[in-house]
Amino acid sequence: MATIAEKILAKASGKKKVIPNEIVMAKVDVAMSHENADVVLKSFREIGVEKVWDPEKIVILFDHRIPAESEKTATTHKRIREFVKEQGIKYFYDLKEGICHQILPEFGHCRPGEVLVGTDSHTTTHGAFGTFATGIGATEMAGVWATGELWLKVPESIKITIKGKFRKYVSAKDLILHIIGQLKADGADYKSVEFCGPTIREMSIASRMVLTNLSMEMGAKNAFVLPDEKTIQFVEKYTNKKFEVVLPDEDAKYIQNFEFDVSDLEPQIACPHSVDNVKPVREMAGLKIHQVLIGSCTNGRLEDLKTAAELLDGKKIHPDVRLLIIPASRNVYLEAVRAGYIEIFLKSGALVLNPGCGPCLGAHQGLLAAGEVCLSTTNRNFKGRMGSPESFIYLVSPATAAISAINGEITPPL
Amino acid sequence: MIIGRVYKFGDNVNTDDIYPGRYLSITTDRQEMAKHCFELAYPDFLKTAKEGDIIVAGKNFGCGSSREQAATCLKYFGISAVVAESFARIFYRNAINLGLLVLIAPGITNKIDHNDTLEIDLKKGIIKNMRTNEEIKIIPPPEFILEIVASGGLVPYLRKRLHIENREGNK
Ligand code: SF4
Repeated sequence: MATIAEKILAKASGKKKVIPNEIVMAKVDVAMSHENADVVLKSFREIGVEKVWDPEKIVILFDHRIPAESEKTATTHKRIREFVKEQGIKYFYDLKEGICHQILPEFGHCRPGEVLVGTDSHTTTHGAFGTFATGIGATEMAGVWATGELWLKVPESIKITIKGKFRKYVSAKDLILHIIGQLKADGADYKSVEFCGPTIREMSIASRMVLTNLSMEMGAKNAFVLPDEKTIQFVEKYTNKKFEVVLPDEDAKYIQNFEFDVSDLEPQIACPHSVDNVKPVREMAGLKIHQVLIGSCTNGRLEDLKTAAELLDGKKIHPDVRLLIIPASRNVYLEAVRAGYIEIFLKSGALVLNPGCGPCLGAHQGLLAAGEVCLSTTNRNFKGRMGSPESFIYLVSPATAAISAINGEITPPL
Repeated sequence: MIIGRVYKFGDNVNTDDIYPGRYLSITTDRQEMAKHCFELAYPDFLKTAKEGDIIVAGKNFGCGSSREQAATCLKYFGISAVVAESFARIFYRNAINLGLLVLIAPGITNKIDHNDTLEIDLKKGIIKNMRTNEEIKIIPPPEFILEIVASGGLVPYLRKRLHIENREGNK
């Protein structure tokens, strides 16, 4: 009678059975860091171990500040490249590949039943593959580099069942924003979330990743989509490594059960300055916008660009709006070029940026001035996240973002 | 016993508030990180908070990004403890792993005001408000966690566990 989280953590800690709130030492299968590998590195040196525990289980990549926006970042990149060589880290993706949460699945690092940790809070994304995936801090990552394990508290689990068929231009993003609006920013604090139900079975892998990605914003420690045929097919396409699918027992214990029906769901919007401040887009219709961002580890995948391209085809974006489009990875970019989406974007007057985090974290590229409003397909709308603390970020789906960019004001796509 | 003046915050203070994204390119200079605590979201903090202060906060303190700089900047600023109704998990882990004392005390925000002075007795698991003499219970952290904090964080803890305490770490 165990949940997936309990089963995977029992396996990873060499135990027959674990119970919620028990602290276990779990063996890590994949340990991912981006630019903050530099912070990890400092602590790793301080620990004083000479070699990492397993150079084939560490993944390092650059996505947050690419290409380097400052001399400081250039130095960080350089130091990490040297460390990668020194330690023989096998899986290193330099700045050309894209965002960590897209690169990991694309290069076969997400496998059901495994433990994946990343020094990035949205590491929850990889639960879309039935992986126990969670974000950790830099110092504890240094501990993982040194020992291959870390302490984890076995989480209690929440089950969310989704039913019904989405209306046109309503998507996983609207659903998860709606859920966060209901459960609130701390609604799943420390918990493991399991998404299941007929609607999830129907969903593409990319849409499932939107759910697990944003689960972080209700505090979840990790989130799962129960792996099925679709998952296995996807994973096997990108890796030859053997894996074992772990599913919850039928009589597993959940501390909460929720059910949502998407049949009548309207497009949703998360208003400033918290992700749980969610309303139907219609209630904000007409608000003037200055910048629109389509991209990120939440909504920068091919299906997102396809939706945007469909809506932008033959149209011009509003003259007072800057539309930034950031494919989540080089592969996504390439496929979008082949499908003709990029041509549509350029003709509509959009600016297509290199794959990466872009303005999402406000480090560089496309920052906002005081008083400006940005409509974004990303996952955080915290005060000042994309520039001025006097600016406003609204989170929406790619469809809402695209149609609003044309109109120059917030517009529901239906 | 820890004694300090209170700097008080509300619910859901996120790590972008604690440490703005624009300074994330500072990756190793911890003293430099300390100069940017709450800089954009609560500019008053850098003007009035002092070394030794205790942060008291509401629910979900440290939610959002996993940036360790959010815990590092507070530790190197000299914050002696953070007491909250609840913490977001990555911030909580980061703080422990850096040796910054984080304590959960349900109901604390109603019993303590900005600028009060607190006395924290870890052994007894009690926080006393020196102005009102009211006592507030702490939820005792698991022993394993206290061990890491008592070692001064995960790095010294692991050095001990891996028996490298005598070898010079490459700092
Ligand atoms: S796109 Fe944004 S949320 Fe995603 S990893 Fe990059 S900075 Fe984080």
